[in-house]
Amino acid sequence: MRVLLQPVAFALAALLAAGAVPPLAQTQGNPDVADGVVHVQPVAANIYMLVGAGANVTVQVGNTGVLLVDTGLSTMSDKVLAVVHTLSDKPIRYIIDTTDDPDHIGGNESIAKTGSTITGGNVVGDIGASAGDTAAIVSFQTVLDRMSAPTGKQPPSPQGAWPTDAYENPQKSFWFNGDSIRIFHQPGHTDGDSMVYFRRADVVSSGDIFRTDSYPVIDLDRGGSIQGIIDGLNHLLDLTIPADDKSKDEGGTMVIPGHGRLCDQADVVVYQEMVTIIRDRVQDMVNRGLTLEQVRAARPTQDYDPLYGTNTGPWTTDMFVEAVYRSLSAKH
Amino acid sequence: MANAQGLKVLGLSLLLVVLLSHPVFAQTDPSGEWENRFHEDEPERVPGPEIGDYLGLPINDAARLRGDSWVATLLELPENQCRPHPSDYAWRGPALLRIWKEADPETQRLIAYHTHISWQSPEQTIYMDGRPHPPAYAAHTWQGFSTGKWQGDVLEVTTDHLKEGWIRRNGIPRSDRATVNTYLMRHGDSLTVAVVIFDPAYLTEPFIRTTDFVSAPQQAIAPYPCESVDEVNRPPGAVPNHLPGTNPFLNEFPAAYGIPPEAARGGAETMYPEYRVKLKTMKTLPRPTGKHIDR
Repeated sequence: MRVLLQPVAFALAALLAAGAVPPLAQTQGNPDVADGVVHVQPVAANIYMLVGAGANVTVQVGNTGVLLVDTGLSTMSDKVLAVVHTLSDKPIRYIIDTTDDPDHIGGNESIAKTGSTITGGNVVGDIGASAGDTAAIVSFQTVLDRMSAPTGKQPPSPQGAWPTDAYENPQKSFWFNGDSIRIFHQPGHTDGDSMVYFRRADVVSSGDIFRTDSYPVIDLDRGGSIQGIIDGLNHLLDLTIPADDKSKDEGGTMVIPGHGRLCDQADVVVYQEMVTIIRDRVQDMVNRGLTLEQVRAARPTQDYDPLYGTNTGPWTTDMFVEAVYRSLSAKH
Repeated sequence: MANAQGLKVLGLSLLLVVLLSHPVFAQTDPSGEWENRFHEDEPERVPGPEIGDYLGLPINDAARLRGDSWVATLLELPENQCRPHPSDYAWRGPALLRIWKEADPETQRLIAYHTHISWQSPEQTIYMDGRPHPPAYAAHTWQGFSTGKWQGDVLEVTTDHLKEGWIRRNGIPRSDRATVNTYLMRHGDSLTVAVVIFDPAYLTEPFIRTTDFVSAPQQAIAPYPCESVDEVNRPPGAVPNHLPGTNPFLNEFPAAYGIPPEAARGGAETMYPEYRVKLKTMKTLPRPTGKHIDR
């Protein structure tokens, strides 16, 4: 045995000495691309994920036209449109907004006006034929409420960016490009979030309920909550089924997160377990009467900070911990 | 005499250079049926590692807290029951192994090696045709995306795009940011697989581990279908975990084996032989009595 192992150890040592560094380190880490280019990641036969325009954009193409889930930043609209046109020469018919954040809805106006809605029947019948001049924009009602304003007031978004079809029930469904599109109201990041499930293609666009590049952003002022995020992740687990072929226990239902890389159920499990464990820890501290400062000092996210934490930028670890604390202590 | 010694070293060095830099006829094909030997690291691999045994792992505090929070019943959750071992760990498990070549039918150029492992039937593809790795936003898989090249007669495999996995099956994670170098070294009927894990999230130094196989040409690998079931009724979304500072089992391992609790917490220094000197100065816990824990 010693005779066998010595040359093995010798060869291994030589190889390691020659290059004991991870040769692909640059390809790992935060997958949000900020190189000014909109990248295309194929997801299913007729579904693509666009990366680099702000939030991830989902593109479904087919004979009837193009459907987008979210539109990215306003500054990236031209590039998003250019990429969409490489995927389909059909008109953009639908835009579904998963939330009202600027990096999700920024392209609404400029992208919608290049598309058109098939009108007639009871579709936009009360508005008139001009409503068919743009793509329809679908969202939960509170997204429209926040983007618009009462008559006489200055709205935060131009009218052309507003949702034209706001729903108020727990879900909305329609058929498009040979697939059933199911939109679920899934509050968590805010109170107006939606998840979009392409049933036949077996793809879910999760919006910011799920992301791989940071802790979940919980906007308490807009009705977000940690429990909403967890409920959304549990719903996502219910919707997803991994494949069981030579790609064992992976693939199957694919998940396009609000930000970050393409995922499947196993990736959602990692995130759901992380959020739930941190919720349990902070809940325990709230129950024991700890103050926010004491909770922060206890570092309830320490084990996940290398993956999701940051001390800079728009959503720091401290902000996440504070949001969880206030969400659970109902002091917001 | 000194000159003779110098010539000998020079000759050996030249031989090593030739062996490691002659890729064409020095390649040693790892194809075949292989079975592993569980006497190698048996306590960790067969009954499974002890809770709180992080000894010899170059982990950071974040990984340590993941381990401390881990509860084995996590594996009962339906979504966790059919997980295969990721490609950096799969060699360690119940691993009847098959390796085979895929060649271009026209040119006979080697496109890839494939591996199939018995437990959960995961299959890894090692591309040998020089194709690039996918972009960072592409999906990650249990087996990752792998490319191979010959370093002498050693097949060096570089893997990224891995799903989050485990370094030790007691909750010590390997993140999805990790890259892995794997070295397949065949010597006749023996195959040594060395895995080097680089994990910027949870490791402070690369972690190196070898696993050995022997040729088993008579081997037949059975299929491994897996269907998750509800093993325990739990509230929807429940995730079993120990709150920080409440895991009552962490001292069982160091007490039973007479190891200082501080050493059981792992860290890079516990990998190296020099640590044995420090061990002698550290306090241990009283060993429990009873035949079942005689070790």
